[in-house]
Amino acid sequence: MSLLAVERLDVRHGQLQAVRDVSLALCEGETLALVGANGAGKTTLLRAIAGAHRPAGGRVLLDGVDVTRVPAHRRVAQGIALVPEGRRLFPGMSVEENLLVARANGRPGPWTIERVLEVFPMLRARFKAKAGSLSGGEQQATAIGRGLLANPRVLLLDEVSLGLAPVAVERVYACLENLISAGATLLLVEQDLGRALRVATRVACMLEGRIVLEGAASGMTREQVTEAYFGLGRGALPKQAA
Amino acid sequence: MIWLNQIIQGVLLGGYYALIACGLSFMFGVMRIINLAHGDLAVLAAFLVWAIVDHSGMSPFLALTIVLPVMGALGWLLQRAMLERSLRAGALVPLLTTFGLGIVIQNLLFAQFGADTRSLAPAIGDLAFDSWSLGSQIYVGQLAGLIFVVAVALLGGLQLFLARTPLGRAIRATAEDPDTAELVGVDSRAVYAAAAAIAVMTVAIGGTFLGMRAAFAPYAGPAQLIFAFEAVVIGGLGSMWGTLLGGIVLGVAQNLGAQIAPNGFLIAGHTVFLVVLGGRLLRQRMRRAS
Repeated sequence: MSLLAVERLDVRHGQLQAVRDVSLALCEGETLALVGANGAGKTTLLRAIAGAHRPAGGRVLLDGVDVTRVPAHRRVAQGIALVPEGRRLFPGMSVEENLLVARANGRPGPWTIERVLEVFPMLRARFKAKAGSLSGGEQQATAIGRGLLANPRVLLLDEVSLGLAPVAVERVYACLENLISAGATLLLVEQDLGRALRVATRVACMLEGRIVLEGAASGMTREQVTEAYFGLGRGALPKQAA
Repeated sequence: MIWLNQIIQGVLLGGYYALIACGLSFMFGVMRIINLAHGDLAVLAAFLVWAIVDHSGMSPFLALTIVLPVMGALGWLLQRAMLERSLRAGALVPLLTTFGLGIVIQNLLFAQFGADTRSLAPAIGDLAFDSWSLGSQIYVGQLAGLIFVVAVALLGGLQLFLARTPLGRAIRATAEDPDTAELVGVDSRAVYAAAAAIAVMTVAIGGTFLGMRAAFAPYAGPAQLIFAFEAVVIGGLGSMWGTLLGGIVLGVAQNLGAQIAPNGFLIAGHTVFLVVLGGRLLRQRMRRAS
């Protein structure tokens, strides 16, 4: 059975329907990469799964249990954690305090602050520094650490490489690959297609709120994804029909 | 010597202002709510303590321990029933609702207790007027000293609570970003309600000492609000130690002003407040320009 399932999800921002009729499933230990252009609805989908955004229709299931009406903070306790876009640390609080807040309110489990520091050693030196004063890479490491400390069953990662120096991206991804090989279940949004295809077991591509392509990462070519990404295939269809 | 005396008395007066301002500062810093009913809640607490003392003859300090949980529950209820809803409608709406709440409290107090001025001073005996002498010319009121100690303990305790405890950290996280706090598992509604309960409990402490130190009447709230607000603004948003410092600066300025001229008390206090506020705005503008 899938650990996380999304069934026919519709999410609106007022008049705008950002996510349309999306269904997807994620098994334990799988990594699903969500790709798509800006505004395709990836962030909204992740926020709806995490409970930060109430969907207009459809369901979110965690381990077969309907959590669609469960508020975000209770979903964290049930095992869904989101590392939000733009990192969203508490800037006036230290790295330690950012981690402690997550530790105090998450599930019990193997992740401790000491383990987060082992995975992200660059945080050790900045442990007492205000999160607002960190570099982008350090902030991202703190944000991922904060997500891990909730000991989630599914970790949602929204554009973890956005705005980071290439070196920092490498470092963050090296850590993610460690997590993946340790059996974590991840749903990640990634703009870099090559990277997404490399780390993920499956890839789903969103276009204008819908999933237009989904499949095993190994069986998918860059061209296929690019076509779905820009919606190139769609324009051709009516012509064929005519 | 007279100047030294004025400074010492000013510091003690500042402790009183900080004590009154504590709950206002906490609510302002955490929930971004300017609670215009703050003074009225303090007067309400003073009346509750007075009613218990009047009825049973017990010590006001003991009566305060009964009133504290009542005021805490009231704070929790206010947050859930009023402030939470009005916050959703924008930053200005809580200003209106708490303004309205203040008027409701004033008139309920008037309806219940009438227009008489009351005080808790008779109930605390010698403490109301006894003093310690420091040297031959300086006397420090015991009540004023007690109020100062309570203010330092309360503000310091709150500062420690915010910095060191899980609930304190959850409160600060929620204050910085409620949306993200939810995403790391913090129940932001519950945290806000707890913060409101704590804030109103500190108001009860402030109100009780207001009643011991001087007299109060149903419409005395707004006058308390002004000095509390000035102490918070001088001390800076969201810092408990800042509020203590702000209260002291205000108290010292008022006492020195009074020494210079009889009507200098209020003028000096308000001037310091305006100068600090103007300085802040100017610095902000210069920072934006650079």
